[in-house]
Amino acid sequence: QFLLPLLIEKMDSDLQSAKLDSLQTLTACCAIYGQKELQEFLPSLWSSLRREVFQTASEKVEAECLAALYALSACLSRSVLSSDTEDLLDSFLSSILQDCRHHLCEPDMKLVWPSAKLLQAAAGASLRAYHRVSHSVLPLLLEQYTKHSQSSQRRTILEMLLGFLELQQKWGHVEEDESTLLSLRAPVCSVVFSALTDPSVQLQLVGIRALTVLGSLQGFLSPSDLELVVDHLLRLTLHEEDSQSSKAAMEAAGSLAPIYPKVFSGRMVPRLEEELQADFSSSEREEESSQDHSSLRQRCLQALAAVSTHTSIVRETVPVLLQHLRKVQKGSEAGSTQDLVSVCQSLHRVALQCQQDVEGCWYYHQTVVPCLLAVAVQAAMQESTQPLLGRALLEEEVLAAMVPVISAATTHLSPELAAQSVSHVVPLFLDGEVSFLPQNSFPCSFQPFEDGECLEAQRRLVALLMAFVCSLPRNVAIPQQERLLRELLALSCSCNCPFTATTAAKCFAGLVNKHPAGKGAGQDAMGPCQGTGRGMAQPVPFVSPGQQLDEILQLAVDRMEPGLVEGPRRTQALTLLLWVTKALVLRYHPLSSHLTDKLLGLLSDAELGPAAADGFSLLMAESPDVLHKGCHADVRIMFRQRFFTDNVPKLVQGFYGAGPDVKANYLKGLSHVLNHLPKPVLVTELPTLLSLLLEALSCSDRVVQLSTLSCLQPLLLEAPQIMSLHVDTLVTKFLNLTSSPTMAVRIAALRCAHALTSLPVTVLLPYKARVIRALAKPLDDKKRLVRKEAVAARGEW
Amino acid sequence: GPGGGAPLENANPLIYRRSGERPVTAREEDDELPDSIDDREIFDNPGTHLIRSINDPEHPLTLEELNVVEQVRVKVDDAASTVAVEFTPTIPHCSMATLIGLSIKVKLIRSLPERFKLDVHITPGTHASEHAVNKQLADKERVAAALENSHLLEVVNQCLSARS
Repeated sequence: QFLLPLLIEKMDSDLQSAKLDSLQTLTACCAIYGQKELQEFLPSLWSSLRREVFQTASEKVEAECLAALYALSACLSRSVLSSDTEDLLDSFLSSILQDCRHHLCEPDMKLVWPSAKLLQAAAGASLRAYHRVSHSVLPLLLEQYTKHSQSSQRRTILEMLLGFLELQQKWGHVEEDESTLLSLRAPVCSVVFSALTDPSVQLQLVGIRALTVLGSLQGFLSPSDLELVVDHLLRLTLHEEDSQSSKAAMEAAGSLAPIYPKVFSGRMVPRLEEELQADFSSSEREEESSQDHSSLRQRCLQALAAVSTHTSIVRETVPVLLQHLRKVQKGSEAGSTQDLVSVCQSLHRVALQCQQDVEGCWYYHQTVVPCLLAVAVQAAMQESTQPLLGRALLEEEVLAAMVPVISAATTHLSPELAAQSVSHVVPLFLDGEVSFLPQNSFPCSFQPFEDGECLEAQRRLVALLMAFVCSLPRNVAIPQQERLLRELLALSCSCNCPFTATTAAKCFAGLVNKHPAGKGAGQDAMGPCQGTGRGMAQPVPFVSPGQQLDEILQLAVDRMEPGLVEGPRRTQALTLLLWVTKALVLRYHPLSSHLTDKLLGLLSDAELGPAAADGFSLLMAESPDVLHKGCHADVRIMFRQRFFTDNVPKLVQGFYGAGPDVKANYLKGLSHVLNHLPKPVLVTELPTLLSLLLEALSCSDRVVQLSTLSCLQPLLLEAPQIMSLHVDTLVTKFLNLTSSPTMAVRIAALRCAHALTSLPVTVLLPYKARVIRALAKPLDDKKRLVRKEAVAARGEW
Repeated sequence: GPGGGAPLENANPLIYRRSGERPVTAREEDDELPDSIDDREIFDNPGTHLIRSINDPEHPLTLEELNVVEQVRVKVDDAASTVAVEFTPTIPHCSMATLIGLSIKVKLIRSLPERFKLDVHITPGTHASEHAVNKQLADKERVAAALENSHLLEVVNQCLSARS
């Protein structure tokens, strides 16, 4: 009885911190006190809370008030009622309703939001409270919606209604006897459906959210309601002009589909299929532009993927998508590259959605992977025999879009099922075994690893092999692995097409990374290793007789080295070097240091230097398709830190010793390594490197300047404390470089000047006037892109 | 200032679409060829159209979405060093008009070379006190004095740095 009056007094304080403290204390009290202790003070507490929420400018205070109200309501809800005592909760809620309800009806809607929030906070505390409040408020809101005709007002009302619906969601199902909501089903549905047909996009979006919540309430929507729901979602998905609404409708379909799979597979999927097919075949419709067609097609494809959130639906949508793919590939008109990519994107999404369900995953894999391979092989053979027909599928863009599909379909397979699949796919590529493919009568044989001009198209398909074989779970044995590795190695060195050569190199690297360790090359360092994608711990590798790995690596080195020194394929050899080095660095293989030294040596090469420098980014960055944890690669913990420790001293040394034309390469390599380092490591290592970077800023070479600036900018954001020590040098040099004759350098310097503002204010204040004055000049720079950066930087300062 | 529960002056704003990002042209990427300052550039300046209305935390819309500033009402003459920005308050009694005008003016002062003469005014016929507001905005001394007021300066800075 002493505490509560004190809290009430403090809530009236002018100091925000006092308010917050008292509110938080009140919330804590409610967990412990019972209604007996609170009874006397309820009116005053309510009065203060109400005043604060109605008048406050502070989000924090509002949030604490609402939390306190929630706690009060919860506390009172816990009380045990007896027949002769007052129902405190009821009278408390009644006073809240009395004070708030009428605001919801105001024509100018001044206090709607604060009132609604208060009511929702009180109602959310318990089922009892919810029933009491919703019984009074829901009919009112529904009435208000009909009364107000403007979209923005309706939006506000519906949003408030949604807040209450979401509270109902907490308790899941809707009980017949108690529920106000159920008795109001017709008007609620009518309101929501009306929102979905309103021209205002914002109102539609709220309507869609409301629909999702209603759909999740068991027993609420009737079968005829559901049909209407699907129809509305279809209409919004396909024909609503605004893409936001269309997307939201698709996502809503995706969340509701698992709850009502039959309705969606029965009603939505066939319609989407119809639209897709109709649209495709009647492309001679004169008036409608091909733009509209294309976007309708896109939407169908996206919607098919979005709604595939239940196994039974997947079995409907996947055949439709594959059918469309085959059609597009046969049609071969202009723009079909984009169509093919879109189908692949949809297939990818479905693949991701299937991964968690064993049955669904296997169904998907078995259905999609052979089909994609068949279509690709067919296209490749057509290319060999009749060039120019069916080209689109072989475009890099399309093959690259197929890779994630096959990869996602493979990574979550169990080892047994994966082994089954591997026994078909590898012989396809090595021996031309096409028997497992659907529709497998082909005009000629499939021999991607053979030499021959006319087989170029077939060779490109090694991208699909890579997607499959590099995504397999770790303990799946690959038939004829030896032979496969040799073929891949040969292909990466001898092929004329950069895409194919690179893909072969990546595939080789992906396999080498997972290959059991060899005896001759010694054991891999006993670092802790990452688990597989399923979180199983890998056993520590023990010395096994896998001489194969040593041999194949030696073979690779033997082929790489002459290729690097001279000849027409130096870049290709470098690509192979980079990928193999990455594969070995990730697993801490001893050979990786030999290969890295090679790479370091190439930094001073006139021709390959810049590419070698960029290669450091490849080594450190996460690659999307191979050699990452998701595809079960052997990625050891802290490999980046280890790489940094082993190689940065050499990079620094190299920089100081290098000739002026190649210094930039060392810097670039260094900045790539730094950019991928976890922040805590960066911060500890930075002081030693900073002097090198600052010196590099004074270098007159533009490329060096650019590399240094782009290296420094993220460091300013990540490690402001350390950079503060050199603020004087940095300010001077950055401002200097804003007058560089090279536009790119001016831009980079201005970005660094902008980034300087992340330093502590106390550090920056002495420089503020000078920098603002100096930045006035680039505001009048002759180039717009430079001016844009200057405006941003000067504005921040 | 007004709190979160204070009256929404315009609870029913019409919302206009946002224009997209300005594509970079080949000419702009060329080191040598100069680009003159044009209307779009001023319009794209974050201060001109991205000032968020602090009166409406429920609907954090930009000035562009509210059609308070449109590109067509921004006029630049690089050779003559003049800029004129006309802005349209959402309702005729909008009490934020002066603050909005001042924020636009401040952003232009900070973003343009000194040689420019700046003219920020209310679109004729759209505000009850436009004459008075325009006069204030045109008065250099008045503007400078306003910016000496640290509280006002802080509010302006908040407006200008607010990004969604």
